[in-house]
Parts: sequence; C-alpha cells; structure tokens
Amino acid sequence: MLKKITTAASVIALCALTACGSGSGGAGTGSSGDTITMGFAQVGAESGWRTANTKSVQDEAKAAGIDLKFSDAQQKQENQIKAIRSYIQQKVKVIAFSPVVETGWDTVLLEAKRANIPVILTDRAIDSDDTSLYKTFLGSDFVEEGRKAGDWMVANATGPTNVVELQGTTGAAPAIDRKKGFEEKIASKPDIKIVASQTGDFTRSGGKQVMEAFLKSQPKIDVVYAHNDDMGLGAIEAIKAAGKVPGKDIKIITVDAVKDGMTALSNGEINFIVECNPLLGKQLMDLAKKVVKGEEVPARVVTEEGTFTQEQAKAALPKRQY
Amino acid sequence: MKNRLLWPLLALAALLVLNLVVTPSFFSLRIQDGHLYGGLVDVLKNGAPTLLIALGMTLVIATRGIDLSVGAVAAIAGAVTCVHIGASGDAGTAFAGMAIALVLCALLGLWNGFLVAGLGIQPIIATLVLMTAGRGIAMLVTEGQIITVNNDPFRQVGAGFLILPISILISLAVLGLVALTTRKTALGMLIEAVGVNPEASRLAGVRAKTIIWTVYVFAAVCAGIAGLMISSNVSAADANNAGLWIEMDAILAVVIGGTSLAGGRYSLTGTLLGALIIQTLTTTVYTIGVAPEVTLVFKAVVVIAVCLVQAPKARAALSFRKVATT
Repeated sequence: MLKKITTAASVIALCALTACGSGSGGAGTGSSGDTITMGFAQVGAESGWRTANTKSVQDEAKAAGIDLKFSDAQQKQENQIKAIRSYIQQKVKVIAFSPVVETGWDTVLLEAKRANIPVILTDRAIDSDDTSLYKTFLGSDFVEEGRKAGDWMVANATGPTNVVELQGTTGAAPAIDRKKGFEEKIASKPDIKIVASQTGDFTRSGGKQVMEAFLKSQPKIDVVYAHNDDMGLGAIEAIKAAGKVPGKDIKIITVDAVKDGMTALSNGEINFIVECNPLLGKQLMDLAKKVVKGEEVPARVVTEEGTFTQEQAKAALPKRQY
Repeated sequence: MKNRLLWPLLALAALLVLNLVVTPSFFSLRIQDGHLYGGLVDVLKNGAPTLLIALGMTLVIATRGIDLSVGAVAAIAGAVTCVHIGASGDAGTAFAGMAIALVLCALLGLWNGFLVAGLGIQPIIATLVLMTAGRGIAMLVTEGQIITVNNDPFRQVGAGFLILPISILISLAVLGLVALTTRKTALGMLIEAVGVNPEASRLAGVRAKTIIWTVYVFAAVCAGIAGLMISSNVSAADANNAGLWIEMDAILAVVIGGTSLAGGRYSLTGTLLGALIIQTLTTTVYTIGVAPEVTLVFKAVVVIAVCLVQAPKARAALSFRKVATT
C-alpha cells in the first residue's frame, strides 16, 4: 500500500517537475541540431547550499544556450532514478546529476550507456566498480574538506576535547567522506575524541533535535562538528536553549560556507567553516559541451575551495552571493 | 476502553525505562533561563507538531477517511508565514503572517473536503493531490530558498517557553478543545456514525457531508499550526523538509493509539500516547546512540512490536503459547 502511494506520489511529482523543467526551457525546446538538451537530476533543495548550486546550473545553462530539463528528487533515490529514466526516454544529449546516495546506480546508468547518453556526476560521487558508466565527476573533494576541518581541530585543541558529530544523510558521499577526512586528522591526537555521532539529515530541524539530545546525554561537549552549515545553525539554537554560548562554551566547525552560516561565523557563533563551492554551473556546461562533441575530459575535476575563520568571514560576507 | 490504552501506555513506559537505563540523566529536569530543561521536555516540544497533526488525523480517520496532505500543508504554512515576516522583527507582522497562513490552510482543507465529500473521490487519492502539489506550492512561495527570519514573537510558537514549551501547551489546548466539543456534545458520536456508515447516518438525518468537510478543514488547520511550530523552532522555512513524512508519523500515532483505519470509534487519549511514543522513539535513538545505519531498523522493530501486542490475534497466540508451555 505504502509503496503504491509513494510510487504514485513520485510519478505525479515527476510529471509536474519535468513539465516545469521543459516550460522554463523556453522557445528552444524540441529543436534539434546545435542546441544541447541536458537532463539534470538534482538531489533536492535541502539547504541553502543546494539552492545556490541549482541556481548556478540553471543560470549557466541559459548563458551557454543549453536547453536544461531540471528535476528535483526531494532527497529520494527512487525519484532520481525515475528522473534519469525519463531523460533517457526523452533522448536528451547529456545527463548530469548529483547522486542522493553513493550506491545502487549501476542499472539505471547502464541504461543510459546503452542509449549512448553520456553522464556527468556533479558534486557527489557514486560507488561503482564500473567507471565507464559516467564520463567525468565534477565536484568538491569531501575527504579533503573533512581533513581541513580536522586540521583546524588539531591546531586549536587545548587538552582533552570531546567532539560530537552531526552527520549528513546516512549513506551520502559528503557524510561518509567528511567523517572519514576528519577522523583521519584527529587520529594523531588521542585526546580528541568523537563521543557521539548521529545523522541530522543536513537540515536545521535535524541538527537542532540531535543536538538537544546530545546536550542531555553527553556530560561534556567541547566541539560540534557539523557536516553542513544548516545543521550547525540548528545546533546553535539548541546550545542557546541549554543556556550555553555557541562559539565559546561549545565551539562549532561546519562545512559549506553559505550566507547564513557565514553570518553566524562573523557573529562569533561558529568558529570555523570549510568552504564547499556550489557554483559549478559554468564548469558543468563547459564539460557538457566537450562530452557531447566526443572530446576527452579528465575523469575527475575538482572545484576550487578554501576555508574561513571568523575574521575572514567578516571580510568575505558582503561579497557572498549565496 | 481502559484495556485498549494499556498496551500503548506500556510501550511508552518501556521506551522511557530504556532511556533511563542507558542515560540515567534522561529524566533529570532543571530550570534554565526560567523554563524547564531536560530530555522529557524535548520529547514534549518536538512531539507537539506530530500530536497536533495526529489529532486532526484522528477525526478524519474516524470518518473512514485519511489525509495525506498534512505534511505539505504544514510546509505551506511555514513558508507563507516566513515570507510574510521577511526581515521584520515586530509582533504585528508575525501574527498577520500566521493568520494569513492559517486562513490559507483552512482553504486547503476546504479543497480536500470538496474532493472527498463534494465529488466523492476516495480520500487517499483526493488528499494525495495536495500531498504532492502542496510541496510545490511551498517551493513556489519560498522560491526554493530556505527563508531565515529573525522575529522573536514568531520564535515563541515553536521554540518559546512558558515554563513548559509553548508548542506543547498549544497542542494540549487543542486536544482539550477537541475532547470537549466531541465528547461533551453529540458531535463525536455523529463523526463516529459517519465513519461506520455514511449513507445510513445521512438517512438517519446526520449531515454527513458537512461533517466530512469540517474534519478535513480541522485537519488542515491543525497541520497549519504544526507547520508554524516546525518553522518557528528553527526560525526558518524549509519548503522541502518541513513536515516531510509527518503524515505517516501522524497516521502511525493514530493507529498505535487504537483508532481503527476502518472508521468509527476513535480515541483521543490513544492518539496522545501514540504521538508521544513516536517522538520518544526518535529521541531515544539520538540519546542512546543507535548508529544512523540501523536507526530505521530499530524504529521498525519497536513499531512492529507495539502493533503486534495490540493485535488481538497476536496476543491470543502469545498467551496460548504461555498456557501451553506451563
């Protein structure tokens, strides 16, 4: 019963979404020849970061004259698989997508391969032995982001430090890799310990609820490591409600550097943010054009990113686009 | 009646005891900045939206209906309010925004009622329309962005305290109101009559259609208030995630509370217990540190166990075995 409901729901959602996508494509829809049609299956709009990422893809597609069919999977892998299948049926020239989770993509990507539609992964990788399933992976190095966070932790730790971790969506590449990179770096310092780790699903409510529970179950918390800004912002609310001062009593490290996060950082409520750059639209369109022409592209393209301390955030905030 | 509530009550107690064993400090309460602070307070605060939606759902289910659109309606309420508030910090704007949102939710409830009572579409299909379209409306309102607001009066709805969390006080007030209007007047009996047999009750002079419209509007308004709590709790409207799958939690709460999906008799106390069980379960997962990979399995096992002990057949089989072995 439930399956039927969700199936029906996703079909309706998908129809609605693809309708939107082709509608926004404008007059160029349907014309063959030079116009490249790209099917883009987005994860959802779970965070400000993702919204900036979506906007960058949509704007740059328009600028590059690419007809973009956009769909939003609302964080569900089955929706994304259906979107990709519908792109295959519509015979788009290239498919780009940010996988919701790492595994389970072989079947649908094989279908795309058989239909001779090249696939570009953006922002998140997949876990598959068959690397011929996609042309290239454009995105951040999440393990490196975790390492940068870990480096700051190691450099700023004084004495024994208890860290609680707010993980991203279970099974998602950024959650797995940011955890891995962070753990790798703090392994050298035995007095830095992760005392609790739970998923907050990359959302503010999730971050807040998990942090509330941590504050009651953990006797001593020195640092919160959140896999994205939004969960960190939720944790700030929970810490304030507990009568503690975020950024002072409990230090906060997050990843992403969206505007709300940067604002909290410059106000001193967050201590350190590792940037994860969402503005990959231009690079994606360039890659798509090359892939459609059949040119060789590197299998891995990394986006440029840095880190922010509180002082750097104050300087960077006025110019922040997202 | 007493017996039916015994099992959910035991399940809730068992969960709380589990917490007490693993985290002895779970029950400790203290006053922090003039309000109560502790694990149990979190359960009440975070369970308030589910309870409120489950209340609306109870009446809908009692008329043999179901409302799948409540999560989407909650998202719309939060989105409309936060967009209206914008950068403003004053109470007037906050209350105006909330009023607009709730009126809109009532209209959405009218739409559901129209499809179910007016056109006679099966409730599960009729409300599915708004479940899928509603999130789209919320996305449209927020333009796909997470809208962050900084408005203290609005923050009170979901994150504020009057010793106890304001959100749970609102939910309990609505519970009291529903209990009064349906149990102290004939309304409750009429709702049950419609659920048992809409045609027979119409022939007996009950205005079945009006009652169906009313319960859907009530469910939508409850969902709207819950949506305000959810977005107020984090001072932001997240059209994609606010109230996501909360309709399933609400239906589960109603069912755990002993109300039959076939319509007819319903139990408000049961729904209260059901909602508390679901929230306690979520909080338990975080508190005792169940690994995120096994969280869903853990929840499933608990829910299955609770449902099994409530099923007369399963209980009969269990007690039969007990008799046979002794």
